[in-house]
Amino acid sequence: MWQYEKKLQYPVNIKNPNPKLAQLVITQLGGPDGELGASLRYLNQRYAAPYAEIKGMLTDIGTEELAHVEMISAIVYQLTRNLTLKEIKDSGFDKYFVDHTTGIYPVAASGPAFTVDYFQSKGDVITDMVEDLAAEQKARTTYDNILRLADDPDVRDAIKFLRQREIVHFQRFGEGLRLCQDNLNAKNFYAINPSFDK
Amino acid sequence: MMENNNLKKAVQMYDFYLLELNLYLDTHPTDMNALRMFNEYKKLRDIAVNSYVQKYGLLTADQSNSDTKFNWVDDPWPWERSAN
Repeated sequence: MWQYEKKLQYPVNIKNPNPKLAQLVITQLGGPDGELGASLRYLNQRYAAPYAEIKGMLTDIGTEELAHVEMISAIVYQLTRNLTLKEIKDSGFDKYFVDHTTGIYPVAASGPAFTVDYFQSKGDVITDMVEDLAAEQKARTTYDNILRLADDPDVRDAIKFLRQREIVHFQRFGEGLRLCQDNLNAKNFYAINPSFDK
Repeated sequence: MMENNNLKKAVQMYDFYLLELNLYLDTHPTDMNALRMFNEYKKLRDIAVNSYVQKYGLLTADQSNSDTKFNWVDDPWPWERSAN
C-alpha cells in the first residue's frame, strides 16, 4: 500500500531547456543503474528478507527510489519543454522524439528501453545485500559522470542531491549486510542462504 | 507563490530529516537518541504541513476539504516548474 504526496523530495526548477542534456539524464530513469531499476530491485527483494530490519530497509529505500524516479522524470520533462524542431534535430533528440515526442519513457542514454534484466532478486538475503551495495555505487558513478558532462547549475543541484542519496543508501545496506551476518550462527557459518535454509 | 514555495521547502526539509532518521532507525531500531529526534521532527513536520495545506494546497488526496470542487486535481503538479 502506498500513498502519493504531491511534492518532489527535493525541488527541481530548470530555467533553460536542453534536449542534449535530457538525453543523458534520462539514463537515471531507464538505464542500467537508474532509479526505476533501483526501486524495483528493493521492492521485489524484500519478500525474501528474513529479518525485520531488512524488510523495513528494503521497503523504505525502495519507496525513496520512487521519489527519485519522479525527480529524474521532472528534470527530463523540464529540459525538453518548448523545443523547436531545429533544436530537436540539432541536439540529436530527434531519435527519441520520433518514438515518444516529449513524453517521458524509461530508456538508457545509449538508447535501449528499460528492462528488468538490469536487476536481480535472488531469494538469498546476503546475495541481495551485496547486489544492493554494488547497485548504489554504480548509480553514484553514473551521477558522477552526469556531473562531469552537465554545466547547467539547476540540473547539477538536483543531481548532486540524488548522488548523495546513493552514498547514504550504500551506508545503510552495509549495515544491513552486517546485521545479516551477525544473525548467522555456528550451524550456518558460511552463510548458505539464510532466507531458505533455516 | 514565493511564500508558498518556502512553506513547501519547510515540509520537504522536515521530511528529509525524518527520512534520514527513518532509514537509520531501520538498522538501529533501539537507538534512543535517533528515536527522540524522529519523534520531535514529526511534530514540527505536522505543523509545517498544516500551515501549507491551509494556505496553499494539498499534499495528499485525503486532505481535500472543499464542498464545491475536488481541489486535489489543481495545478501545479510536482514536476512543473511553478511547483518548485
